[in-house]
Amino acid sequence: MSVVSEGFSGRRGRDPRLPPGQYDVGGSFPVLTAEATPNVTQETWTFRVDGEVETPTTWDWAGVHALPGSAYEGDIHCVTTWSKLGTSFSGVSLDVLLEQVGVRPSATHVLAWASSGYTTNLPLADVTGGRAWLVWEHEGRPLSAEHGGPVRMLVPHLYFWKSTKWVAGLRLLDHDEPGFWERNGYHERGEPWAEQRYAGD
Amino acid sequence: MTDSADGTGLPALPVLDSPRRRVPPTGAKRSWQTGTVLEVRRETPHAATYRVQLEQWQPHLPGQNYLVRLTAPDGYRAQRSYSAASPPEDAGVVELTVDRLPDGEVSGYLHDHVRPGSPLEVRGPFGGWFVWRGDRPALLVGGGSGVVPLACVLRSRAARLATGATPAPVHLVAAARTRAELLYADELTGPFAEDTTVVLSREDDAGPGRPGRPAGRLRAEDLLPHAERLGALTTGDDGADVFLCGSTPFTTAAERLLRELGVPADAIRVERFGPS
Ligand SMILES: Cc1cc2nc3c(=O)[nH]c(=O)nc-3n(C[C@H](O)[C@H](O)[C@H](O)COP(=O)(O)OP(=O)(O)OC[C@H]3O[C@@H](n4cnc5c(N)ncnc54)[C@H](O)[C@@H]3O)c2cc1C
Repeated sequence: MSVVSEGFSGRRGRDPRLPPGQYDVGGSFPVLTAEATPNVTQETWTFRVDGEVETPTTWDWAGVHALPGSAYEGDIHCVTTWSKLGTSFSGVSLDVLLEQVGVRPSATHVLAWASSGYTTNLPLADVTGGRAWLVWEHEGRPLSAEHGGPVRMLVPHLYFWKSTKWVAGLRLLDHDEPGFWERNGYHERGEPWAEQRYAGD
Repeated sequence: MTDSADGTGLPALPVLDSPRRRVPPTGAKRSWQTGTVLEVRRETPHAATYRVQLEQWQPHLPGQNYLVRLTAPDGYRAQRSYSAASPPEDAGVVELTVDRLPDGEVSGYLHDHVRPGSPLEVRGPFGGWFVWRGDRPALLVGGGSGVVPLACVLRSRAARLATGATPAPVHLVAAARTRAELLYADELTGPFAEDTTVVLSREDDAGPGRPGRPAGRLRAEDLLPHAERLGALTTGDDGADVFLCGSTPFTTAAERLLRELGVPADAIRVERFGPS
């Protein structure tokens, strides 16, 4: 029932790396946050993994830096329609942390949270298998506070609201529990190539 | 941190939407619909307002936005978000004010091709966070097209006052480069003048009977008296909410000013309109 918009041809020569409905921001890195930037520093930041795990564990800044490092090179996609292509982040793979805590077979989902109270939910399968990170560097520089530094989560195959800024913990659950945006009308999973922006998409 | 009440033995996680900032339920499912443009109004040299009639209209909350979708003959599509400018009291229609960006795919098309009578595909309203409900004092700070959802607040508040309701006080600090680029200038300096402070970055502003403001970006003194009066410096449930909207550079600078003035971080809600 879609109407053709008379006279609209759209911008041509789209980069094939752009999912539907997204545009390329080029060199800039827009900020999207619901809350004011909280005051989290390298000294105060900690990250706790608890819930359906054998050994709930808390890491601090030095603790995560002692783990084997890992980097992501590729694209990121924000639900507000910008994408940033060919960017890079480095930190540690969540697989490393999850291996240390011992994930119980009962775990099916995770709730990532920040000290601001921001939360987002993900199926466990979306944060394992080399698809999710804790990151503290963006394109070779320390991750700035407005972009979620000192440490944010990175789940680049989903819309960027799943990549919790100022992340303070991951709670493993034996059920799914909607996070902040997911309670506010956004899609449960948020897969950019399927354009899963809003609940029901 | 307190222990959880849900019997899991896990510590309770902090909550972003505490009672102070409770969000409304998301409401019914919104699907794409083809509205009809009733009117196109020029607001500034770069901005125009599109009044769209909707068959499946639902009342929005000030602050919410609609998606606009364009489809090319070969099926290529582009969609962008635009905030509701008209108040929900204006039933059956929604007005969207669109700033034309250089080389803007969607804003350029709307400006060049959409006329009264044009069909326009929209979906909404969306947004459950950056919304004004009228029950708490609010300081509204908008730059450029960031004024759009905040003007919606003033309009809705006026409509509620007219019916004898008593919505909480608000004050808008509206920033633009020049007077000519200020959205809804006649309304903001006319009927809403009492509730509005105009901040022009590139022009001195001394209207008749008004104390002048020398050109310059948003300053602490533009915000402080209103933040104080409305209670935006108060922590806890009694404080005012601050709604901050505009480009990334504008919202980043304004957020820093507000924090320096002592506005608690959890009182500030931010809506950023795209890249810097
Ligand atoms: C929740 C929300 C509400 C919004 N409400 C409004 C509104 O009420 N009125 C309004 O005019 N806009 C609003 N916007 C912005 C709007 O959605 C589009 O981003 C904007 O119209 C640009 O789209 P475009 O297709 O014309 O430009 P594009 O073709 O996407 O971009 C053209 C050029 O401009 C740059 N650009 C893209 N978007 C922006 C931007 N917002 N600011 C500066 N540069 C940009 C791009 O990087 C590119 O170089 C809102 C955005 C959001 C997320």
